[in-house]
Amino acid sequence: MNLGSLITGSLNDTFAVSLPLFRTELCLAATIVLVLLCRMLPVLRRLDSGLVALGGVCFALWYAWNDLRGIPVGGLPHVGADAAGLVRQELFGGLLVFDSLTAYIRFLLMGFLVLYIPFTKASGIPDHEDGADFYTLVLGATLGMCLMASANHLLMVFMAVEMASVPSYALAGLLKGRKASSEAALKYAVYGAGAAGIMLYGISLLGGLLGTCHLPSMAAELARVVDAGTANGSVMVLALGGLMVAVGLAFKLSAVPFHFWCPDVFEGAAAEIGGFLSVASKTAAVALLLRICFGLGVSPTGIGGAAANLAEPGLAGLASTRHFMVYVVGLMAAVTCTLGNLAAYGQTNMKRLLAYSTIAHAGYIMMAVAAAVALVGVNVAASREAVSAVAFYLGTYLFMNLGAFAIVALLRNRLRSEEIDSYAGLVRSSPGIVIATAVVLVSLIGLPPLAGFVAKFLVFSSLVQAISLEAERPLMLVLLVVGGLNTVLSLFYYLRVLKVMTFDPPPADRVGGEFSLVSLPGAVVTALVVPVVVLGVFWAGLYACAQLAGAFAS
Amino acid sequence: MLPTDTLSQPALWPLTAIVFLPALVAAFLSLPIVPKAREDFIRWTTLLTTAVVFVLSLWMAVPALFGPAGPAQFRLGDPSMQAVVKLPWIEAFGIEYLLGVDGISLPLVVLTTFLSMLAAAASWPITKHVKAYHILFLLLVTGMLGVFVSLDFFLFYVFWEVMLLPMYFLIGIWGGPRREYAAIKFFLYTLLGSVLMLLAILMLYFTSDLRLLSDEQLVAAHVVSPGLDGAARATAVEAIRTADRPLHTFNILALAQIGQLPNSPFAAAQVWGMSLETWAFLLLLIGFVIKVPVVPVHTWLPDAHVEAPTPISMILAGVLLKLGGYGILRICYPICPGAGLSLAWLVCGLGVVSMVYGAFAALAQKDFKRMVAYSSVSHMGYVMLGLGVWSAVAGHEYRWDAWAQGVNGAMFQMLAHGISSAGMFFMVGVLYDRVHHRNLEEFGGIFGRMPVYSGLAIAIFFAGLGLPGLCGFIGEVLVTLSSWNYSRVLAAISAFTVILTAAYILWAIQRVYLGAEYKGPHGDHLTPITPRELAIATPLVFFAILFGVAPQILFNYVTPTVNRQVETLADWTRRVHDGPAGLPVAAVQEPATAQAAR
Repeated sequence: MNLGSLITGSLNDTFAVSLPLFRTELCLAATIVLVLLCRMLPVLRRLDSGLVALGGVCFALWYAWNDLRGIPVGGLPHVGADAAGLVRQELFGGLLVFDSLTAYIRFLLMGFLVLYIPFTKASGIPDHEDGADFYTLVLGATLGMCLMASANHLLMVFMAVEMASVPSYALAGLLKGRKASSEAALKYAVYGAGAAGIMLYGISLLGGLLGTCHLPSMAAELARVVDAGTANGSVMVLALGGLMVAVGLAFKLSAVPFHFWCPDVFEGAAAEIGGFLSVASKTAAVALLLRICFGLGVSPTGIGGAAANLAEPGLAGLASTRHFMVYVVGLMAAVTCTLGNLAAYGQTNMKRLLAYSTIAHAGYIMMAVAAAVALVGVNVAASREAVSAVAFYLGTYLFMNLGAFAIVALLRNRLRSEEIDSYAGLVRSSPGIVIATAVVLVSLIGLPPLAGFVAKFLVFSSLVQAISLEAERPLMLVLLVVGGLNTVLSLFYYLRVLKVMTFDPPPADRVGGEFSLVSLPGAVVTALVVPVVVLGVFWAGLYACAQLAGAFAS
Repeated sequence: MLPTDTLSQPALWPLTAIVFLPALVAAFLSLPIVPKAREDFIRWTTLLTTAVVFVLSLWMAVPALFGPAGPAQFRLGDPSMQAVVKLPWIEAFGIEYLLGVDGISLPLVVLTTFLSMLAAAASWPITKHVKAYHILFLLLVTGMLGVFVSLDFFLFYVFWEVMLLPMYFLIGIWGGPRREYAAIKFFLYTLLGSVLMLLAILMLYFTSDLRLLSDEQLVAAHVVSPGLDGAARATAVEAIRTADRPLHTFNILALAQIGQLPNSPFAAAQVWGMSLETWAFLLLLIGFVIKVPVVPVHTWLPDAHVEAPTPISMILAGVLLKLGGYGILRICYPICPGAGLSLAWLVCGLGVVSMVYGAFAALAQKDFKRMVAYSSVSHMGYVMLGLGVWSAVAGHEYRWDAWAQGVNGAMFQMLAHGISSAGMFFMVGVLYDRVHHRNLEEFGGIFGRMPVYSGLAIAIFFAGLGLPGLCGFIGEVLVTLSSWNYSRVLAAISAFTVILTAAYILWAIQRVYLGAEYKGPHGDHLTPITPRELAIATPLVFFAILFGVAPQILFNYVTPTVNRQVETLADWTRRVHDGPAGLPVAAVQEPATAQAAR
């Protein structure tokens, strides 16, 4: 093969295959350039950068939706990349991959931005001067998150994580005059740098031992190495490398014990930033966790093939890899969930409370991830359902948590405070916002008929399915019990907020007036809260999309 | 998955209206166009809504009152599920909008709508945040009715949980001094129970498989609509037969059919050394007995009752406690018969312990309302005993008539207690509204000051006591009689408890209503009963007497369904425990010579 044909092939791959499937990200990148350009020209400087960003993001959402819709529904189980439409397509020479998970997560992230930008406009952070910086950073970070969701190569994993993280550090310090904000940014950056370093070290260990960083090739190689069984030392090093990569992921997921940054950053940074980090960043991190677990745990021949492939000789090694991953993810999930809920008890600051709630929810999601990985060796259809549970959880989480942070931000504008006590007796003056808060928090507890219940129901059902199909049964039983108990535990602190809002008398020296839902901020809150109710009753549509995402699992 | 049933089902709109009309009106009331200040408009709207729902439920239950019976109305004497509504909801999980009533649920539905109407009328003295109160109240009504009519486990669970939040706020905002503590305690206990229930539901769902059922069973469980004609039915059945992987179901009737199969997958699966059936039974039972409640998970009840406002206490005692009993009867036993059989001692034991403990605790109370609350614990113990005796005769005595007697007694006790306890709480509330205390020691002489009220109150308290001729008697006596076949000791204890009941109720009557004159605080506020209060108290007393002298009215509804369920389970016991060569059915009818005194 000469150089010429190589270049031609690569060009062909880039222009004919990769770029069309990359148009969502391209659209985001173009929007970033546009936002920055607008500031250069005096004529356009008047233009609100939020509106420019919103316009671009709407296009991106449209592309993302078309990509998701273009995935065939009927033929999913057995198509690889057949004529009917592609289900798994490697982009840019295998650095990225486009499949239904990519499409779904992208769609969620773009949908998130479309809701997020109006919310920041309504809440007034950023102001007009900061607008261009802010939206550039937000869009840039989201671009990185899209890459996280589609990474197919460990190098790409690292780059994507960094691309998502670095703008986030700057965002955390957005409130320039405030000490707490700067402290939050610094803490976040230092923590993030440390985690990234460890992750990179892990990547180099894995890549060095396996001779490749391309996830499917790594899986094949992994199977060979583990199967050979002779080189015990290398298995140890592999496990160590895997754990180090897990550190990086846990940092992004804010999983215990790498969660310490989360409450501090959320408390110090503006609530808008908290909403961004807790929803978008978490969505991408979960997608990346799925990518790595399934990338390393499932043989490339298994992808797109039937379950029979898993019984192939030479792939037994992957079973022990999966076993290892299931235990790491599962135990981390149990600890994360419990610690998040327990730590939330003592909180007096609403943003800090939501930070711990975010941590706890990461735990629930990771439980379903563990179930999905455990099930993939036993029953592929069940594993898909577990991935769908994760995908559905992410979809509802978007509305619940962004809604919660939106309420915090908009109430801050009225009350000048984010302390829970300052919400006392709010129901007397602003019943609408209290009802919205109740819907969001009760959905976070997981009570029907709200979306959070369905999400939790799906997570628990994936665990029960793992139990009934005897996939890692003891661990799954423990996770089920832990998950159930945590639901009860979490009741206290969410209800305490509602209790303060409704039962307690309002303080005599309350500043700020009523908060009516008939206003721009009210409309934002309504737009976020109504889906929480609707998705709790009519969840077939979102679940169908989530099922599509679940189809990515081999 | 299965053929879509159309919107032309006869019972669709009546049943949907019964369940969702209150919620719809609540949504209307929450609109800004209803001003907060128009309190009387809100009160009347709520009362009217509950009245309409009551009439609708009556229209279903007693067609004779409304002219010729339609297809959506209840056919007396038919034990099967009637007025079934079936629409697909979430097809990916086979979740359906499946509603229906039978002889077990319909009387409870009517009881609920009746008490909701009275409670709405009793809500007039509520003056704080009237709008919010009525919105939450109507949501609560939707939740309660939904539980009684759902036949899909998922739907059942949704309604079960929908009740929690309104109740939390109703106790927490409109309650007494310790309302916050009581509200969170109620919520916490119930949520713990319902999370366990959710786990059990999921375990059952993922173990179930519709393909195990015969064609007839599929039709009987409404998995395949009985309304379908030959070809459509064959297609629907074929779709199930040809499925290449297990078809899980949330259909409660189908789960019961699967649970009663000789090769039930629930009994075969093992988790941590016990069969899945046993686990599911225990988890569901915990969820339900917390609602009943039985000792030792009853402690939320006295607090919630004492702190809740009067109308909410009426609803709590009259309806919410029945949800637990209903759940055990409808779900625990039919789906997990094996576990029910082997754990009968547990259910009966819990019942008797609650009965005795509740009675002694009631004797010790100084607070009038707390005493009534503990009497509920004691009375619901009879329900537990009656339900437990059902599966008790495990040896070779197939006294199915004795089981049926116990379950019928338990059902009757639930309905009677719904009337008498709601009445008792209302009577306490009437006094409290006037003198603002409930200290039994400081009452006395009320008869002289409020003769009409006292007369009605004493009648209701006698009904609670179980005086023959009043509604409380029938259930207690049936349960006690049937438990004789199970254990003479338990029967003797439960008969003995009647004396304790008489003691605390008579003592309370003596301390409150009799005596020379009222010496407690606010004596000048002891005004005679108002017409509104009279309009609430009179129907309660009327029905307490009516069902005492003519219990047949209720038994006509209850007995066919209960008897058939008991017969089915008796049959199941014979098949499973004695094999095909077990006792012939004829032996079932014979009087037992050697009772199983275990």
